[in-house]
Amino acid sequence: MTLDEIFGLYNYWVVICLMMTGFYIVIARKNLIKTVIGLNVFQTSVVLLYITMGKVTGGTAPIIPPEIAAQHGEHHEHSTAHSTAHSTAHMTADAPHLDHATEHGHEAVTPLTQHADHVHQTASAMADHSTELIYSNPLPSVLMLTAIVVGIATTALALALIVRISEDYGTIEEDEILLIDQRDSSH
Amino acid sequence: MIEFLQYHLPVLLIAIPLIAAPLAVLLSNRYIVQSLALAVCWTTFGLAIWMVAIVNQSGPVSYELGGWAPPYGIEYRVDQLNSFVMMFVSGLGAMVLTYSPYSLKAEIPLSQHYLFYPMYLLCMTGLMGMCVTGDLFNVFVFLEISSLSTYALISLGRTRRAPLAAFQYLIMGTIGATFLLIGIGLLYQMTGTLNMADIAEQLEAQRLVNDGQWAGSRTMLVAFAFLTVGLCIKMAVFPLHTWLPNAYAYAPSVVTAFVAATATKVSVYAFIRVVFGIFTPQFAFELLPLDTALWSFSLVGIFLASIAAIFQQDVKRRLAYSSIAQIGYMLLGISMADVDGLSAGIVHMFNHALIKGGLFMVVGCFVLRLGSVQMDDWKGAGRTMPWTSFAWVLGGLGLIGVPVTCGFISKWLLLTSAIHNELYPVAILMLISSLLAVVYVWQIVEVLYFEEPSEKAKHATEVPPLMLLTTYTVVGANIVFGVWTTYSAGLATKAAKALLEGGSL
Amino acid sequence: MNLFSPETIIQISLALPALGIVLVLLTGRFPNLRETCSLAVAALLFLVNCDLASYVFSGGRPSWRAGQLMPGFDVAFTVEPLGMLFALVASGLWVLTTVYAIGYMRGHHEKNQTRFFACFAAAIFAAMAAAYSANLFTLFVMYEIMTISTYPLVTHHGDQNAKGGGRVYLGILLSTSVAFFMFAIAWTWKIADTLTFTQGGILSKAFSEGRVTEFELAILLGLFAFGIGKAALMPFHRWLPAAMVAPTPVSALLHAVAVVKVGVFSVLKVALYIFGLDLIRDTGAGEWLCYVAAATILLASLVAMTKDNLKARLAYSTVSQLAYITLGAAIAMPQSALGSGMHIAMHAVGKITLFFCAGAVYVGAHKTNISQMRGLGRAMPLTFAAFLIAAISIIGLPPGGGSWSKWLLALGAAQSGQTFLIATLMISSLLNIAYLIPIPIQAFMVPPGEKPMPFKEGPMLCVVPLCITAIGSVALFLFADSIYACLLPIVQ
Repeated sequence: MTLDEIFGLYNYWVVICLMMTGFYIVIARKNLIKTVIGLNVFQTSVVLLYITMGKVTGGTAPIIPPEIAAQHGEHHEHSTAHSTAHSTAHMTADAPHLDHATEHGHEAVTPLTQHADHVHQTASAMADHSTELIYSNPLPSVLMLTAIVVGIATTALALALIVRISEDYGTIEEDEILLIDQRDSSH
Repeated sequence: MIEFLQYHLPVLLIAIPLIAAPLAVLLSNRYIVQSLALAVCWTTFGLAIWMVAIVNQSGPVSYELGGWAPPYGIEYRVDQLNSFVMMFVSGLGAMVLTYSPYSLKAEIPLSQHYLFYPMYLLCMTGLMGMCVTGDLFNVFVFLEISSLSTYALISLGRTRRAPLAAFQYLIMGTIGATFLLIGIGLLYQMTGTLNMADIAEQLEAQRLVNDGQWAGSRTMLVAFAFLTVGLCIKMAVFPLHTWLPNAYAYAPSVVTAFVAATATKVSVYAFIRVVFGIFTPQFAFELLPLDTALWSFSLVGIFLASIAAIFQQDVKRRLAYSSIAQIGYMLLGISMADVDGLSAGIVHMFNHALIKGGLFMVVGCFVLRLGSVQMDDWKGAGRTMPWTSFAWVLGGLGLIGVPVTCGFISKWLLLTSAIHNELYPVAILMLISSLLAVVYVWQIVEVLYFEEPSEKAKHATEVPPLMLLTTYTVVGANIVFGVWTTYSAGLATKAAKALLEGGSL
Repeated sequence: MNLFSPETIIQISLALPALGIVLVLLTGRFPNLRETCSLAVAALLFLVNCDLASYVFSGGRPSWRAGQLMPGFDVAFTVEPLGMLFALVASGLWVLTTVYAIGYMRGHHEKNQTRFFACFAAAIFAAMAAAYSANLFTLFVMYEIMTISTYPLVTHHGDQNAKGGGRVYLGILLSTSVAFFMFAIAWTWKIADTLTFTQGGILSKAFSEGRVTEFELAILLGLFAFGIGKAALMPFHRWLPAAMVAPTPVSALLHAVAVVKVGVFSVLKVALYIFGLDLIRDTGAGEWLCYVAAATILLASLVAMTKDNLKARLAYSTVSQLAYITLGAAIAMPQSALGSGMHIAMHAVGKITLFFCAGAVYVGAHKTNISQMRGLGRAMPLTFAAFLIAAISIIGLPPGGGSWSKWLLALGAAQSGQTFLIATLMISSLLNIAYLIPIPIQAFMVPPGEKPMPFKEGPMLCVVPLCITAIGSVALFLFADSIYACLLPIVQ
């Protein structure tokens, strides 16, 4: 394992650290609130994982610069999304390989362009211009928006449940609750 | 009109319950909401049957959500397997909801009823969505929709242990779903696409380029591991089952009946899809020893869970442990990875949904009249509640797998498949383990028929006809599909063939 | 009577008991009507079977494929002489038992009589279907249906005794059938690719092609022999004595005729049509089974001698007699197989008589133990006379039907050169005498105690059937050669 791998992949190390921290908190903590916090850390690590894999070195946010958009607007009114995907594909291919993962991504993404044959025509005109620009892959970010929403819903529900548990038992320590339950059932 | 409906059928299966759910909250009148939910559930069931008919006539249906072509857009794809799963999920959902009013009245405060129905509909949406979608990330989203609503439903239980059970399930479930998400992310990294069919194609293309070697197989392995473990938590495979007994035991009876009949089965479906639709059996069973792992975990799980079931005094908990054991049989079938075994696994999803749904409905009937799930209180109820008790016997025979019940069909297919693959020890252990079911079912039968009535059972009366009717419909379906298997084992075999021969979807 | 084609008759004779269940349930509130229905269905079934028998015994092999339960596994029926004989015996004795049951159940004021008669019909349905079954799969399905449908009959009294008996009954029958029988069937299917009963066996071809070894065949036969728990081979015989908690008509019809005979009938079917007698003989697969069967014959007889409760003694006697039939299959000579086939009929008629007598004594004099029956013969002369005749038949002395079947078994044993089996048969007959004959002898010879009993037979409806079956076992002695001729095709 070279230094390059250790420092070049630092994002992934962070992801792993966060993931394990969160996971450990979930397993080890008996306080229900802390369990939820652990769960959140765990989920956040996944968000970071996705964002990392979508990021291309030197890439900008996948927004078409106004001047290009103005030039080619008339060609692309109906296929902006397609061409974005297409150019992202190319960009990933051109980007310097950061790590193994992107390397595989490279091979994998190539067939993707074949699927896009039908948009190739319209997009090719734009490709000339966009080669100067490097975009990050927007899809992981979009996915993570959804995942964050799901995460918030989960947290909200978990907290709501904790409120009810606390009302019923007067505590949010799991072992105390189990103790109370045991005492109940032995009576 | 008909054509329009037919064209949009895959999305309607999701959209109808999804739209009805918030509508139900807004309407907030108990009776209106109840009729709305009923209408929606039965409509969905009708549409699902239609879907099955279409798929069987003219092959798989692909629907582009919002008009975006796959692999960019989200694709809903219905083939023999998921149309079959959707049919029984929606069917049982509708049946349990029809059964529910009396039981709900007894177990959930009236003021919360209008909130129960939206949750139920959302849960249904999530489960149907997991089946219908051809997009891997969409599976995650729908999984979370169904899970979140399930947590809420479970927390409605009568005792104060219900919220805690829901919370524990929430923690386990979220970990499972997040594992799934990690797996999906790694797969996306490998292939640059989320469409399941496309992922499969990409992986195959990479493999061919690399002379049959699985390209980047370490990332693949990690992705596969995360997906498998994530789904195994949702399936409650031993030893990841710890959330299930409490969740089933403390949820309201109606919820238990619905969740037990459907939720774990849909996760099994998703697992089948991942193993056979995305990764190939060659990858899972030849490169990885998943088959050995699956059947050893299944068998250990079957034995331990069945033995645990025998010692439960709480009938719901007893059935919950039995569910864990039964999941083992499904995985056992899947691990055979041939047409017989896979169709045994698939058909057992269906059969077990009927059996367990029916049995939990019977439990609901007893809870309504006896107010208890303890075996001691059930003593002698066979005299005062003869019809309900007999329904237990019928459902129990199905669980044991006696001929002419549907349980026998799955057991037989599983057995022939194991023998065919020359896994004799598996076959023998499977048969012996099924005898444990005799013990935990028959203990209840003996309690019902041979004991002097308990205080509660002495004054019990038979449950309302509506509950009996719906319970007997489900329990009767046990017998019907044990004799007439064209649309259970027949469809399952077709689905298994399509999965194995078609490679990808 | 050529109103219907033989295929239709198969359907009718399966539909009749099913119809019986429905009719009994519908007319449950009117006992007289219910029992008329029961009786009418039973009588019709017997007539229909007689008609079918005339066709089958003259060489016809009607068959009917009811449908496919799973791809590759049919529910199908083909009637051959052995199955026909069994169906005839079961349906004929059902008529008599129904008459007897009416007398017994009413004389005893039993509860839940509707359930009783409905389950009875269900058991007969399973017996009929098992008798006609064309393949092992169908046979297994019917075998299990029979186990389940007889459980409510065994536990009819609904008390703790019944619960315990039922537990042993269901436990042993289900676990043997699931753990061994079902496995054996699936294995056979794997080896032979078919489960259809075929003259000469389906495994012999697989054996000659080397798909199965001699050792495996011996194991397979063991799985069948022990898996068919209803054949009550030791050590899986405990369910039969346990089932004696049931009312006597149940013990009579089911545990002397239908249930146990389904067991030994299945063993015979497997030996004849799955293995083939030649294969069992040539590979020596049945050799160890001979020892087990012989041991069961002797041990069960010895245990029977120690039992004072009449029904328990009869139960162990049944265990012993069933082992004769298994022994015939294990020896695997044509003569012994024929003897086994005939013993199904001979033992059925004899043993049902003995059970009828036990029930009649119970209803008439409320006695269950043999020691209490001394001197009872003067009060119940008909019952004990019938008992004596039936006992003679079971022992195998002329003029009882059993003498022929035992003679054929001994002949088969002699042909196979296993002299110790002949010795076993002799000793067993002596033991039979020792535990059966004293009962009627003491009833007649020992003077009654201080209080002389008045003449008091059981109810009319109980006594008439037992007289008929007693006469029947003598008649079987006289017409044994025609049964022999009818069965001959099964070993050719």
